[in-house]
Amino acid sequence: MAENFVWQRKHLLGLKSLTKDEIEFILEGAKAFKEISSRRIKKVPALRGRTVVNLFFEASTRTRTSFELAAKRLSADVVNFSSSLSSLGKGESILDTLRNLETYSVDVFIIRHSHSGAALYVSQNTNASVINAGDGQNEHPTQALLDMFTVKQKFGSLSGLKVTIIGDIFHSRVARSNIWGFSKCGAEVWVCSLPTFIPKYFETMPAKITFDIEQALKDADVVMLLRIQNERLNKQFFPSLREYRQLVTLTDDRISLLKKRTLILHPGPINWDIDIASGLKPQVHPLILEQASNGLAVRMAVIYMLMEKRQYEFAG
Amino acid sequence: MYKEKQKILKSTDFSKVLKRLSYQILEKDPDVDNLVLFGIQRRGVFLAKRIQAIIEEIEGRSLPLGIIDITLYRDDLTVIGPMPLVRETRVDFDINGKVVVLVDDVLFTGRTVRAALDEIMDFGRPKKIQLAVFVDRGHREVPIRADFVGKNIPTSEEEHVVVEVKELDGKDEVVVLEEQDG
Repeated sequence: MAENFVWQRKHLLGLKSLTKDEIEFILEGAKAFKEISSRRIKKVPALRGRTVVNLFFEASTRTRTSFELAAKRLSADVVNFSSSLSSLGKGESILDTLRNLETYSVDVFIIRHSHSGAALYVSQNTNASVINAGDGQNEHPTQALLDMFTVKQKFGSLSGLKVTIIGDIFHSRVARSNIWGFSKCGAEVWVCSLPTFIPKYFETMPAKITFDIEQALKDADVVMLLRIQNERLNKQFFPSLREYRQLVTLTDDRISLLKKRTLILHPGPINWDIDIASGLKPQVHPLILEQASNGLAVRMAVIYMLMEKRQYEFAG
Repeated sequence: MYKEKQKILKSTDFSKVLKRLSYQILEKDPDVDNLVLFGIQRRGVFLAKRIQAIIEEIEGRSLPLGIIDITLYRDDLTVIGPMPLVRETRVDFDINGKVVVLVDDVLFTGRTVRAALDEIMDFGRPKKIQLAVFVDRGHREVPIRADFVGKNIPTSEEEHVVVEVKELDGKDEVVVLEEQDG
């Protein structure tokens, strides 16, 4: 990262549009924010008097909690909005909801929505900063950033690493954000699954495609597993769970193909014995906790950076 | 643009000033068991490390050294320009009941020190906090003063005082810069 780099963005909508310098700036900044959560008083006054709204149109516990705590540890005021409890059920549109909330002088909207492009749409219709917390099958940038941060902590650098993403690639915004993010930072990204889970257009993305799990695992430095969502099981992506296990699941046998220092990541929640063999719980659990605390640090960094950009605009 | 107006200190004098500051600290706080140092990112950290080394030579023991970045405690983010990178803060010892000596390179408006005091208090309740600065250039905007001063340099507000340390800048030097016309 260049020494004189200056952060210029008002929104974080995805990693596809970020430069390598911008990604590295966030990852570098996140280090300082991680330390705050180890203090006696886990709070800094940086964003006192600022307002952050969690705008969640889709169910989420971890991501929402993580964003909420991140904003609170920066001393911002946080409002949580979730669609199941809202007037959306009464027929109010997203824009009406947005206008309503904006009357409270919101500085940042953190949005999750089941439609791809929802975060971009909101960013075009508000003066506040917008952070994408997952939009449809498009992107989930802070999840990818925390994965990258976790990997960077272990390996020092992302450049030259082989990163293999396994599972339901098709529906995964996490996979897409990780492909953009890791490849920009010089890693070699592989995706592996049943052919029905890897759409043709992934050939245009900076990732190598394989349907051979052994090839995908060979020499991998990072293996990232994505959940096969129960709600997909009834659809025609694969004939049976048994077949999926035989071809894709990270079993004990397949683990033995990995290098000793290979890092296994999962964005959670895990389907044991489908995504990964349950015998591997002791190995995977500590990393998931590590990912959660890194997620908090990365989100604090992102909220802070977007907010600072805004303050500067107003002052200047 | 700034151009160099005057060199105040060169390398050899630089070490003498640090030695004097170290002795003054020990004279005022002889109970080294209770003494801890804090350096403010970035150049304050290197100066604090040098003071730590000098005190170790004199007393035969190394004082705990905390590092703080005060960016998240500032009151002037809106006026300093684009966001600075938030750097490492590391305090891996208990500060309750200790005498803290806070070290920074230049004391100017006092706002950095004000922020540092807030941050230190979040780590515990020290017995007292003292301030050691390499240069005091005046123009305070808050009621803060230093307990130990390396060099008093009267300046105008338009001038700029730069303390360079060899760990970061390749040489030990104190320079006064002034704004260039045009």
